[in-house]
Amino acid sequence: MSETLATRGYLTEAEVLAGPGAPSPKRRAKGKVACIECLQKIPCNPCETGCKFGAITVGEDITNLPRLDGDKCTGCMSCLPICPGQAIFIIDESMGDGRAEVSLPYEFRPLPQEGDEVTALDRSGAELGPARVAKVRQTKNMDQTAMVTLNLAQDWSMKARSFRLK
Amino acid sequence: MVCIGAGPAGLAAAIEAARAGVEVTVFDENALPGGQLFKQIHKFFGSKEHRAKERGFSIGRSLLEEAESLGVEVVLEAVVLGLYEGKVLNVMVRDRVEPVYAQKILIATGASENMIPFPGWTLPGVIGAGAAQTMANLHGVKPGERLLMVGSGNVGVVVAYQMLQAGCRVEAVIDAAPEIGGYGVHAAKVARQGVPFMMSHTIKKALGTDRVEAAVLIRLDEKWRPVPGTEQTLEVDTICLAVGLNPTTALARMAGCRMTYVPALGGNVPAHDRNQETSVPGLYVAGDVSGIEEASSAIVEGRLAGLAAARSLGYLEEADFRAKQSENIKAMSGLRSGPFGDKRREGKEAMLTALEG
Repeated sequence: MSETLATRGYLTEAEVLAGPGAPSPKRRAKGKVACIECLQKIPCNPCETGCKFGAITVGEDITNLPRLDGDKCTGCMSCLPICPGQAIFIIDESMGDGRAEVSLPYEFRPLPQEGDEVTALDRSGAELGPARVAKVRQTKNMDQTAMVTLNLAQDWSMKARSFRLK
Repeated sequence: MVCIGAGPAGLAAAIEAARAGVEVTVFDENALPGGQLFKQIHKFFGSKEHRAKERGFSIGRSLLEEAESLGVEVVLEAVVLGLYEGKVLNVMVRDRVEPVYAQKILIATGASENMIPFPGWTLPGVIGAGAAQTMANLHGVKPGERLLMVGSGNVGVVVAYQMLQAGCRVEAVIDAAPEIGGYGVHAAKVARQGVPFMMSHTIKKALGTDRVEAAVLIRLDEKWRPVPGTEQTLEVDTICLAVGLNPTTALARMAGCRMTYVPALGGNVPAHDRNQETSVPGLYVAGDVSGIEEASSAIVEGRLAGLAAARSLGYLEEADFRAKQSENIKAMSGLRSGPFGDKRREGKEAMLTALEG
């Protein structure tokens, strides 16, 4: 079990990368893909039932960890607002200009505006640096969980998981 | 059938029994039905049959609508004062007390919050996590500006997040235990907003004259003893306690239910069988009063009790009953598995052994 999760409340990047929900670097370079940061056996499976492409498997025992099939994942984002644990992020490293996009669930108000400059935060809430809000999505189906897409330095694609408004 | 408590367990039982044809009345002492569900603004875990990914308050709303559509009578501001031999209860509705007789009774009175005493704990600004939720999520009132959360179980981490949503600064989440008690995903939502988790820490005292102005924390060693010299002061105006729940069993004890002590279920609980029936025939318990769990399992327990009551009153055919019962038992086993569910399942099994043995 993750020591940082047990004592400080967050997973390390290395733990996420080694887990069954992380997309490979090769897959991330191809474009939008889900990154599932759920490494504790809790009874929950809406990510599996919510994926139309069969890219997420939990199985009969709903405490199994969700497993991502990066080849089946289309990066459609429908799993992101469904996850009750806000543990699914969408990563896109296909820009090729040293930038990447990270889409994350957001349940604070007010929502940021597209084009806003914000400060990207890592899993521990520590500041990474500047990011730009590329897109904000909010539909009725998402049931108040907005999706915010940050454009940021590619080095932060597997680090940035929150942000602070300026 | 009478259900005492209009929370998830009471409503679910009422729905199952009423659907089978039983006449059901639900009494609740509060002005609003739903128990704690209407304070739960987060999306629930579980599977489709547990209504996962729906927010707690919307689950509450649909349970209530379903109960009403089946003809269940929900009487609010109705305090059940006593439960007597022969299934008679005294109910106080506003200023009138009257006796009510029922063939089947479900006690679904939930739980109350534990508190920990420390110097300064009576100062305004020291509140329970439930009060924080009531203020922020029901009434739109921010409990404070700078808050300390004491307790890192699911209630602590969920409410810490909700306080961030309400616009409070959460200065820290502390816990005397060495590890976070709640789900990691809940903790992670709080941590990535920059809230520090301080495990093996407790509150030594609250400072302030007319209200809380600061909290003094102290580190605990591996034997949970305070380590002198490790005190630190956090400037906060609100100290929120989320240090566990205790089943509200007064009515069950009054009715003569056999009690059993199961630490994993939150202390003394009325012993009950797989149908949620206590040692007093026709008297059922479901939800937190029968062992501290969460709303999804309270709903399943309520359904099991409602089905059993209907069956025993002759409203359900045996085959129909068995089919519905096994559906619910399956739904429950999904919830009571994994490292978090295992302890509660073992607790329930220990309790069954105590009842049968």
